[in-house]
Amino acid sequence: MTAPLKDITPAERARGTSFYEASARTRLELLLDVGSLVEFIGPEQREVSPHLKIFDLPEQFDDGIVVGHGRLDGSPVFFAAQEGRFMGGAFGEVHGAKLTGLLRAARQIGSIPVLILLDTGGVRLQEANAGELAIAEIMRAVMEARAAGVKVIGLIGGRSGCYGGGGLIAGCCSALAVSEPGRIAVSGPEVIETNRGVEEFDSRDRALVWRTMGGKHRRLLGAADVFADDTVQDFREAALELLALAGSFGLDRLKAEQQRLADRLRSFGACGDAVDIWTAEGIADAQAIPELPADQFIALANRIGRTRRDAR
Amino acid sequence: MEDLSFRHPVRARASGARRTAIVGVVASGNLEVLVERVLPDAECVVDIRTAAMGFGEIWSAVIGDFVEHYSPGGLKFSINDGGARPDTVSLRLAQAVRLIAGEGQ
Repeated sequence: MTAPLKDITPAERARGTSFYEASARTRLELLLDVGSLVEFIGPEQREVSPHLKIFDLPEQFDDGIVVGHGRLDGSPVFFAAQEGRFMGGAFGEVHGAKLTGLLRAARQIGSIPVLILLDTGGVRLQEANAGELAIAEIMRAVMEARAAGVKVIGLIGGRSGCYGGGGLIAGCCSALAVSEPGRIAVSGPEVIETNRGVEEFDSRDRALVWRTMGGKHRRLLGAADVFADDTVQDFREAALELLALAGSFGLDRLKAEQQRLADRLRSFGACGDAVDIWTAEGIADAQAIPELPADQFIALANRIGRTRRDAR
Repeated sequence: MEDLSFRHPVRARASGARRTAIVGVVASGNLEVLVERVLPDAECVVDIRTAAMGFGEIWSAVIGDFVEHYSPGGLKFSINDGGARPDTVSLRLAQAVRLIAGEGQ
């Protein structure tokens, strides 16, 4: 098994590896330049959650997030990658502190961008207040880093999607790349159904979930900048593209983003479903979008070109 | 939660030069194994923290087989377990030994 593996180039390995299926560490190893990954506060330091043992729950040595620095196409980057399979990638005290610390370091240095591989259901309920505070601290740290000239790029394509406070953090990033399985929202399907009833949102209707929160819809709405196919190599290329695209950040951009959101509400506020929005955007066969293969969808999204990079 | 610890004399040092390695994720039916090259060459320790209570004898058998088969001298294994089956445990332990024998830090 080892002999043929050596003949495969890193790019080929990354091309053949599903971002969705891979672990946080595998995503990073294949996303960054070979051998460049250096982890901060690695698992051997055992900085585990102080709360889980109270609930008799198992801990994980890295508390579900890998942070550190590496190189992307030769240039230095900071990274944070959530492990979506550990407690749904949820934010707790230590998990959040690792990301906040990374963003503060990036702000101080001022010139090294941050890649955040979001894969989260939101705040860890067992660490409720600590988790909520972590989200607030991270959002502030993202904005302060951006104000200091740091590009903060979100990459979303994991099994937990990007929900709850993770959705808020994504909204603060300079730019986002998303794949089809990656979903972005604040309230998840079950939360909406529980609070507003099944007639408002049927969480078991997978097609509805994906066309409301999934990557294709987020890309068409301009909530994500790049649509990536579900491979680590595609996310690597998306990250490089976004690092080149993301502009400076200031009051003008915030005002432009506010205007964009107001326009969006005016244009689509009366639409009852994502398909209505796509139709209103001028897509002829809007019903067919969920079934489109990635390359055809990317071509279509680029033709429509709705994404305007304002605040992001 | 239950804590278990096993210490075995080992006939040979584990190959490779890497100091640490980690495999797996703590999730239902899964586990993470952190392995560190921190012990004398003729010793192996496996510390387990598991969500499934009362499986000490099965752990003992799985780890005994593992030590016999892989001779992981000098290695300390720390396991956080989310209720993995014995075959998954054996697989992760084997992955950990292979990983720490490889290149890198």
